[in-house]
Amino acid sequence: MTGIPGNDAVRRIGTPLMDAVVGSLKAGDKVLLSGFIYTARDAAHKRFSEALAAGKELPFDIKGQVIYYCGPAPAPPGRVIGSCGPTTSSRMDSYAPGLISLGLGGMIGKGKRSDQVKQALIEHRAVYFGATGGAGALLARAVVAADVIAYEDLGPEAVVRLEVRDMPLFVINDIFGNDLYEAGTERYRR
Amino acid sequence: MREIHIDDITAAIERLFIDANINLSGNMYTAIKDAIDREASPVGKEVLRELLRNADVAREEKMPICQDTGLAVAFLEIGQDTHITGGDLSEAVSEGVRRAYRNGYLRKSCCHPFTRKNTGDNTPPIVHIKIVPGDRLKVTVLPKGGGSENYGEVRMLTPSQGKEGVRAFILEMVRKGGPNPCPPITVGIGIGGNFEMSALLSKEALMVPPGERSTDPEMADLEREILEEINRTGIGPQGYGGTVTALDVHIKMAPCHLASLPVAVNIQCHAHRMKEAVL
Repeated sequence: MTGIPGNDAVRRIGTPLMDAVVGSLKAGDKVLLSGFIYTARDAAHKRFSEALAAGKELPFDIKGQVIYYCGPAPAPPGRVIGSCGPTTSSRMDSYAPGLISLGLGGMIGKGKRSDQVKQALIEHRAVYFGATGGAGALLARAVVAADVIAYEDLGPEAVVRLEVRDMPLFVINDIFGNDLYEAGTERYRR
Repeated sequence: MREIHIDDITAAIERLFIDANINLSGNMYTAIKDAIDREASPVGKEVLRELLRNADVAREEKMPICQDTGLAVAFLEIGQDTHITGGDLSEAVSEGVRRAYRNGYLRKSCCHPFTRKNTGDNTPPIVHIKIVPGDRLKVTVLPKGGGSENYGEVRMLTPSQGKEGVRAFILEMVRKGGPNPCPPITVGIGIGGNFEMSALLSKEALMVPPGERSTDPEMADLEREILEEINRTGIGPQGYGGTVTALDVHIKMAPCHLASLPVAVNIQCHAHRMKEAVL
């Protein structure tokens, strides 16, 4: 694994993710992401899954897109969004492989993924990014626009399209089967 | 009999929840800052610096430190010589929470266990009341995020498992959580009492300031040992690998039944938000 972070220069990437970009990202890379991303967490994923089961379309075309596991705090007056850090990704693990097989390009969250998710990343070429959990005020600075596009009734769990500029992320799981959490922990275990 | 009007309690609850969520307390800020020197990983150091920057931005921009502004947990220590006037105490606390989460633009994270329907105003809060000597009322608020709370557990050990069993259980839970509860974590441990008391002790242990050791020398040693061992797991800040997985470990202990050794662990994320006031 090449990807113990801290050595390589920061890379700027954009959405939708091009396959060549996905193929070039390695666990441990630090990236700055710009473009549109879509928030979705527990309840929204349940609705995605119900929509697909009923043969309906998802509220946005997910090909090459990036889902952010996030339920933002309300926007204070004069702001586009409130605090907006990642939530724990593992709760979306049962839904993720299905979405990845439909062309989802990436996910942003925090915490470990299941083997099924990691396998889906390899098979269908997608990537899992980590944003710093609990750094919601800092991450809000990267958001330049926010629009609820689906499931408004879910409140903080609605799907929001965010336009981000230079959102700071680490690649956690890549298409080669590398895992930053495992590699990092292994390296510093005493 | 000293009188305290419920409106003053509501106002204090509102102010404290907003303050706790926006302004990281000085001792937690210092604990994270001090950890930078102890962290061996360059990325770990970078994450810790990012957490301090985040706390600065939150304070400057009056934004919550983390979007998960928690379930509203409040501890009330009510002096037995006080008389609460003006209405229902529970409702006064709920109203304070309602106002804080609305007026402070905090996220409402309280929902029905099965339908997941949001209660809309982050009520009901979780309130722990203790009657103490005196004529003051101390309010402590501890908004607690779900990501770290999910890695808590109560386990009824057998007495023969002893200290070693406690140590192994805590380490198992920390390893299980790994990056998920947003390390560097603070670990609250409740030992003894019974099933529910151990859980409450573990939460109270989180309220001990960072760096402060148990007054019981045996427990103080166990705190040090467990902290050292947690920091050898390699998990590190955000789980990206490193030597600062926990900022501190606190133990609260109570006598228990002859047949039991209840142990509870309550994990807190790096955004350890807590504020108090005395009325």
